[in-house]
Amino acid sequence: MSMRNTLIVYRKELTDSLRDRRTLISMVVVPIVIMPLMSIGITVLMISVIGKAVQEVPKVMILGGDSSPKALADLKAVKDLEFVPAEPDYRQQISDKKIRAAVDLPSGFDESLKDGKDATVKIYHYSGDLKSGIAVDKVENSLNKYRDTTVKLRLEAHNLPGNLVDPFKVEKENVAPPEKVSGAAIGGFLPYFVIILCLTGAMYPAIDLSAGEKERGTIETILCSPVSRTHIVLGKFLMVLTAALCTAVLAIISMGVSFSVAKTYMAGRGGADNPLNASIGLKAIGAVFFMVLPLAVFFAAAMLAIALFAKSYKEAQSYLSPLLIVAILPAIGGILPGVEINSRLAMIPVLSTSLISKEIVSGTFHWNYIGLIFLSSCAYASAALFIAVKLFQREDVLFRT
Amino acid sequence: MIEAERLCKVFQDKKRGQVRAVSEVSFTCKPGQIYGLLGANGAGKTTTLRMLATILEPTDGTARIAGFDLLKDPQGVRRNVGFLSTSTALYGRLTAFEMVQYFARLYGMTDAAISKRIDELFTRLEMNEFRDRRCDKLSTGMKQKVSIARTLVHDPPVMIFDEPTNGLDVMAARTIVQFIRECRENGKTVIFSTHVMSEVEKLCDNIGIIHGGRLLTEGTLAGLREKSGLHDLEDIFVQVVEPHIPKEMVAS
Repeated sequence: MSMRNTLIVYRKELTDSLRDRRTLISMVVVPIVIMPLMSIGITVLMISVIGKAVQEVPKVMILGGDSSPKALADLKAVKDLEFVPAEPDYRQQISDKKIRAAVDLPSGFDESLKDGKDATVKIYHYSGDLKSGIAVDKVENSLNKYRDTTVKLRLEAHNLPGNLVDPFKVEKENVAPPEKVSGAAIGGFLPYFVIILCLTGAMYPAIDLSAGEKERGTIETILCSPVSRTHIVLGKFLMVLTAALCTAVLAIISMGVSFSVAKTYMAGRGGADNPLNASIGLKAIGAVFFMVLPLAVFFAAAMLAIALFAKSYKEAQSYLSPLLIVAILPAIGGILPGVEINSRLAMIPVLSTSLISKEIVSGTFHWNYIGLIFLSSCAYASAALFIAVKLFQREDVLFRT
Repeated sequence: MIEAERLCKVFQDKKRGQVRAVSEVSFTCKPGQIYGLLGANGAGKTTTLRMLATILEPTDGTARIAGFDLLKDPQGVRRNVGFLSTSTALYGRLTAFEMVQYFARLYGMTDAAISKRIDELFTRLEMNEFRDRRCDKLSTGMKQKVSIARTLVHDPPVMIFDEPTNGLDVMAARTIVQFIRECRENGKTVIFSTHVMSEVEKLCDNIGIIHGGRLLTEGTLAGLREKSGLHDLEDIFVQVVEPHIPKEMVAS
C-alpha cells in the first residue's frame, strides 16, 4: 500500500509537471537545444575562426635589410607571408591590425654574420592576437633555419663536425591514440555538464511541487488525503529526481548527436588536436552517470527541502539561485587543470564526483576512490532526503506565514 | 460522529511568543446533524477544523471522528472525512476528471469503483460538460463542484467545511449550501465554520460560538434564543462575544 501511494503521487506529479511550461523548458528544451548549441556551437566557431586565421596570408613589414640581401632573400622566400614596404608607423600599423608583424634586420646583418659578430633581429608583434602569433611563428621558423645554416657553415669552415653544437637529439612519441588525447581534454567538461544539468533540471520541479503548491493552495488539499506525509514527499522527490536525470540524459544524447554531426561537418578541419575528434566510450558515459546518480538524489532532495521552506515561488527561487552558484563552483574545480582526486577531496560533494568522472572519462578507474565517493555521495543524499521528509512533517514549515 | 475533547493548539510566533489559538474546545456532533462553528476572523475556527481534519496536530486534547482517534489513527480519520475549505484548492493543470480520480486513488479505491463513482458524482453534480477541461480553465462555480466531487469521492461519513462560501458569488455559494444540506439528508455528520449568520440560521442543528480560541456557548438556535432572550442571531453573537473583547478594542 505504501509504495503504491508514493507511486500514485509520483504519477500525478509527473503528469502535472509535464504540463508546466517552465519545467518543460528546463527539463527538455534546455538540454536538447541550448546546451549542444552552447558547447558544440562554441567549439565549431572556434575551429572555424582558427582555420580562417591559419588560411589568411598575414602582412609582414621588413625594416632595414637593404645592406643584407642574403638574409632578406631568405626571409622573403617564406611562403604564405605577404611582405609590405617599410614605413615609419609600423608600431601603429600592428596595433591597427593593418600588418601582423614587423621584422627589423639590423644594418650590416649579412656582414656581421660573415665576421662572426653579435647581431639581433627584432620582431615586433601584437601579443594575444592570433593572426600576429601565426605571422611571428612563420618568421621565427625561417630565422631559426637561417641561423642553423649559418652555424653549419661556420663549423664546416673550421673543419668541425656538425654535431658539435647538437650532441644529441630529443624525440617524443605519443602512445595515446589522438582521440584519447582530445577525449581527456573535452572529457572534463562532460561530468561538469551532467552535474549542472542535473541541478538546473531539478530546480523548477522542486519549487513547483513545494513552494508552488503552497502558493496555489493545493498543499492543504493533499494533506487531507489519507496518504502519509512521508509518501507524499517521496512521490514529489521521485518526480524531482526524474526531472534531474531526464535533463542530464537528454543533454548527453543531444550533445552526442550534435557532436557527431559537427564532427562530420568539420571533418579534416582544425588539425589533429581538434576536440571534435574526441571519442568517449559508452562505458565511460555509463560510469559517469552511475557516479552522478547519488549526486542527483542529493540535489533533488536538498532542493525540495529548501524550496519547501519557502512561502512562495519567488522566495524559493531566491533561495535556490545562490545554491546553483554554490554547486557550480566545485563542479568547475573539477575541470581545472592540476586538481587531482585524493581522500580529502573525495569527501567534498560535487567536486569529488566531478574529479572522479574526469578520470573515468580519460580511461582511468581508481576503484578505491570510486567506492569512497559513491558511498559519501549516497550518505549526503540520504541526509538530504531525511531532512526533506522531516521538514514535510513540520507544521511550522508547511503552514509558514 | 465527531467528539472533540478539550482540543488545544499553541503556536510559536516569533514576535508574539506562544499563541494559544484554540483552548479546551469540546463538542459533539452527531450523524444526520449540522454543527455550525460561528466566530469572527481569528477566533480559532480554521485551527479547530484543521485539527479535526488531522492537518494540524493538537497540542493537547483529542477528538474521535467516525470512531477513530485523531492522535492514534490520523490516517483512519482522514479516510472517513471529507474536508473542504477555500484554501483546499485544485491542481490547475489536471482536468476535473483527473483531479477527482487522483484523490479516489489516494483513498485506495479500485479502478472499477473509481469509474463508477465518478460517473455517478459527475452526473449528479452536472459536471460532465467540463469533465476533461483543465481546472485552471474552470469558472469559480465549476471549481467548487470539482472540490465537492473530490471530498465526496470516497463517500465519507463525516464532512468538515471551513468557511466554504467565503469569497464565492451568490450562485456558487448556493451550490455549496445545497450540498451541505444534502450531506445531512444522507445521514452524514457535518461540521462547518462561518461568520455568515444567515448560513447558520438556514443550516445548523447545533451552533457553537467561538472567540479567542474558546468555545463560549453552544446549543440549538432555539436554545440560544431562549438563553439570551434575543431573536436575531447576530445580536445573540454580540451578546456572547462582547464581554470577552478587551475594553479598549470595544471603545475604538
